Amino acid sequence: MMLLSTRGLSRHFGGLKAVENVDFDLPEGQVRALIGPNGAGKTTYVGLLSGRIPASAGSVTFDGQNITHLPAHLRIRAGMAYTFQITSIYGRLSVQENVALALRWRKGGNEAATTKRATDALERVGIAKRADQLAGDLSYGHQRLLEIAMGISQQPRLLILDEPTQGLADSEIVDFISLIRDLVGEMTILLIEHNIHVVMQTADAITVLNGGEILAEGTPGEIRKNTAVQAAYLGTK
Amino acid sequence: MSEIRKSWGLHTGVVALLLALNFILPDYHHGNLARVMVLACYAMGYNMLFGYTGLLSLGHALFFAAGMYGMSLTVQHLGWSAGPAIIVGLASGLAMSLVVGILSLRTAGVAFMIVTLMFAQAGYLAALYFGEYTRGDEGFVIQKAARQIGGIDLSDPMSRYLAALVLFAVCLFITLRVVQTGFGRVLVAIRENEERTRMLGYDVHLHKLLAILLSGTMSAAAGAAYGLLFGYAGATFASVQYSIFPLLWVLLGGAGTVLGPFVGTLFMFYLIDLSSDISTAYMLIAGLTLVLLTLFAPQGLVGELRRRTLRWLP
Repeated sequence: MMLLSTRGLSRHFGGLKAVENVDFDLPEGQVRALIGPNGAGKTTYVGLLSGRIPASAGSVTFDGQNITHLPAHLRIRAGMAYTFQITSIYGRLSVQENVALALRWRKGGNEAATTKRATDALERVGIAKRADQLAGDLSYGHQRLLEIAMGISQQPRLLILDEPTQGLADSEIVDFISLIRDLVGEMTILLIEHNIHVVMQTADAITVLNGGEILAEGTPGEIRKNTAVQAAYLGTK
Repeated sequence: MSEIRKSWGLHTGVVALLLALNFILPDYHHGNLARVMVLACYAMGYNMLFGYTGLLSLGHALFFAAGMYGMSLTVQHLGWSAGPAIIVGLASGLAMSLVVGILSLRTAGVAFMIVTLMFAQAGYLAALYFGEYTRGDEGFVIQKAARQIGGIDLSDPMSRYLAALVLFAVCLFITLRVVQTGFGRVLVAIRENEERTRMLGYDVHLHKLLAILLSGTMSAAAGAAYGLLFGYAGATFASVQYSIFPLLWVLLGGAGTVLGPFVGTLFMFYLIDLSSDISTAYMLIAGLTLVLLTLFAPQGLVGELRRRTLRWLP
């Protein structure tokens, strides 16, 4: 079953076609990587999915519902979670409160249950010991992990990660890969990633965007061999 | 949990202290403190929007004046008694903040400041334009006979002080309660990072609108009470000066702290009062003190206290 589909999804900024006529299907439970050269339209595309950016044309279907005109916060409540490309946390609030904020709108969740779930999420990404620190005092790598913890604490149907490993140290990337593997089966993951090693280690399937359009789609093995993808990345024929 | 208990204890203690002062203070300071408490309610209303939600309004005088005129005009021209007139004052503030909220929230940042300022100026000019009823800048006195609720004469210093204290306590505890709830924490989240808050699943626009309603109505309550307790309503209270005052009080006391608005109002009131004893150039002394305070306690007095020692202060 498809958790997320787009048909003819487009976004134009003036004359620039950032995303053009994208038909895309993401089956439930898959880890899908979205890759492409800089300026390929990846962040704009997930912005259209999450509702941060309104679409110029086309439709987005999530869990069988047309959500094209649904505001962003309702898409989150419908079961999407979103982490920003540039780390976006509450620097002047505690780590614990950052995650608690991701949870409070849930119905029937009292503060004790919220605290418990927030702690679980922090444990999962390995920063539970820092729960009482100010989020702004964390190292950059830990801030990225905190943002992921905020996402997974919501137990979303779909977790969208926009370049989660950007700026992480090699050891942190190893941990990140095992975290993603650990999440398989719990949620569907859409991963924008530049680090090809991470993509090959985690993704079930890869979609390649180039110039706002889908260039190729397939398993990691197929994408690796695809000459059009090689050309787009390396500029060779 | 104990932090919540501590903060309720502290704020109840402040109210109890103010009650005790009612019986001790000399007349002059007794009158001043009553005035400060009412103005602090205005500052608390302002703080809800600026300190907690991060929306800087330059037009709160509109809400203060809506409360003041809503109350005083019905007393003056319709002959209503004080109790129902206060309700009219509150309703005026609520209606005004709803209209201003819906329109001004289409903007953000500097544009929000300008739009709120313009609305308040329109309100000020309207108060002058309808001078036949409001008597404009000159204002009008609310007769002693009208300043009664349930047989209590609010022009009497003792009952005036206690009425101011009741209003102050209500505003203080409402603020304290709100900032402890999930709603209040979302307001803080909006202040800290609006886009993140939206992308965690919150209706940011609705939260901001509710914050404006709460803020505007609390400001209106202060305006209505001010008119009633001190027996005067005038267009000066709708002027831009009265939009800047709460901003200053809140900044001095500590934006985003429950006690900050009161501390800031008290500080500023006595700063001007004491410096005018020393010199006719009292605004110079007051101004210099404010500059120093901004340099060395940029988070305000209570904000600085929270940063240095009392981390649990709400």
